[in-house]
Amino acid sequence: MNSRWTRKDLVGLRELSAEEITLVLETADAFKQVGTREVKKVPALQGKTLINLFIEPSTRTRTSFELAAKRLSADIVNISAATSSLTKGETLKDTAKVLEANHADIIVLRHSSAGAAHFLATRVRASVINAGDGAHEHPTQGLLDLYTIREKKGTFAGLQVAIIGDILFSRVARSNIFALLKMGARVTLVGPSTLVPREFEQLGAKVSHEVDEVLPTADVVNLLRIQHERQRKEYFPGISEYIRFFGLTKERAKLLKPDCLIMHPGPINRGVEIDSELADGAQSVIFDQVTNGLAVRMAVLYLCAGIATP
Amino acid sequence: MTKQLKPNDINSVRIFDAATTRRALRRIAHEIIERNSDLSALVLVGIPARGVALAQRLATDIEAIEKARVETGIIDVSMHRDDVRRRGTLPVVRASQLPHPLDHRIVIIVDDVLFTGRTCRAAMDAIGSFGRPVSIQLAVLIDRGHRELPIRPDYVGKNLPTARTERIRVRLEETDHEPDAVWLEKE
Repeated sequence: MNSRWTRKDLVGLRELSAEEITLVLETADAFKQVGTREVKKVPALQGKTLINLFIEPSTRTRTSFELAAKRLSADIVNISAATSSLTKGETLKDTAKVLEANHADIIVLRHSSAGAAHFLATRVRASVINAGDGAHEHPTQGLLDLYTIREKKGTFAGLQVAIIGDILFSRVARSNIFALLKMGARVTLVGPSTLVPREFEQLGAKVSHEVDEVLPTADVVNLLRIQHERQRKEYFPGISEYIRFFGLTKERAKLLKPDCLIMHPGPINRGVEIDSELADGAQSVIFDQVTNGLAVRMAVLYLCAGIATP
Repeated sequence: MTKQLKPNDINSVRIFDAATTRRALRRIAHEIIERNSDLSALVLVGIPARGVALAQRLATDIEAIEKARVETGIIDVSMHRDDVRRRGTLPVVRASQLPHPLDHRIVIIVDDVLFTGRTCRAAMDAIGSFGRPVSIQLAVLIDRGHRELPIRPDYVGKNLPTARTERIRVRLEETDHEPDAVWLEKE
């Protein structure tokens, strides 16, 4: 536990070391405990201002960051695409500069372009937390997935994690792949060849197009939503075809080990990626992921905003 | 810059060895028993890392003397500190563990060194977020003075007048894997 946090921003998990990831997860343990107190609030970020700058719509991530900030006693302002001056032609950098001129200490950015968070982080003094940039990374989702796996399985070493679905357009998949491999897990990506191209093997993951071959050995299955909004053309013939070949149906779930975790970053398309009963079943940790997301985001905000500013 | 002084350095004086540490804690255990008639209401709450070890030892001592178990807990103060962003590095945050409910309990905060009192204030704030104990008391192995807040310990292993520039170095077997000792290190 000698690792110390020195980053003002969290842009992605690709650049984090295994020690830094472990530090975030251990810090999140402490913040998860805050949720069980009579007063679920600590003064750690009192007097700090956090801006939720969501240029792309999101409810769960934005709400999670908002609650995390409030539990740390920070002040918070939400800006969505529709209400920002970006619709009037202001550039992202200028919007951020305006926020900084208003003494924002932390900017949580959700943007449809990959690299937006990195762009901003190098141009403003405030801490920038990436809440999803295009199909690039969604680091806090990756961290909360890891936190949930660690909480249920104890360790990452040798774990078989299958990530199923739309990998090509998924920032959640990328953050998970980077972090899981660093922590010693083995990752298999599963889906139609149009959404899971072989190129992903270069990251160190395995690629499979046969879900039934992967399920029996998996310790964790992470199901991803089909990202209709990012797909400009058809990548598979249709929903019923997808369910038939890749959906986690009740029949297919019989292949799973009894202690295999079922995860989903949400929002769930019940009956598409996953059968409705399975989403609410004993193996599902989908709602643990939401609870853990709050603790992980508190940890990230505390670490990034808490380091001494030069 | 902190100078890494060796224990045998000419500039450091040993205040406690393992035997005197043990005696000081034993005396504090007696004082706690004397002052608190209802031991079942007590919770010995340590501040990480060495306070947690000291709280455990006091609980063991009290049990040996009175044959009564005393509950222990952990209170992490890093989320409640008033100097976040003033320090170069953040302290590693640990999960707190306190009994629930905390109302009708007597909490004794346990730490190794009492200095400015700011850690103790943070601990009191943190305890307040768990409930409203009947009273909060403070036990420390060393009181080195230089308080910046109106805080006074209830149980003290040793009062040690120091200069602000001096350092107190506490070593415990549980946390440091070396024999118990307290050193006063001159600048």
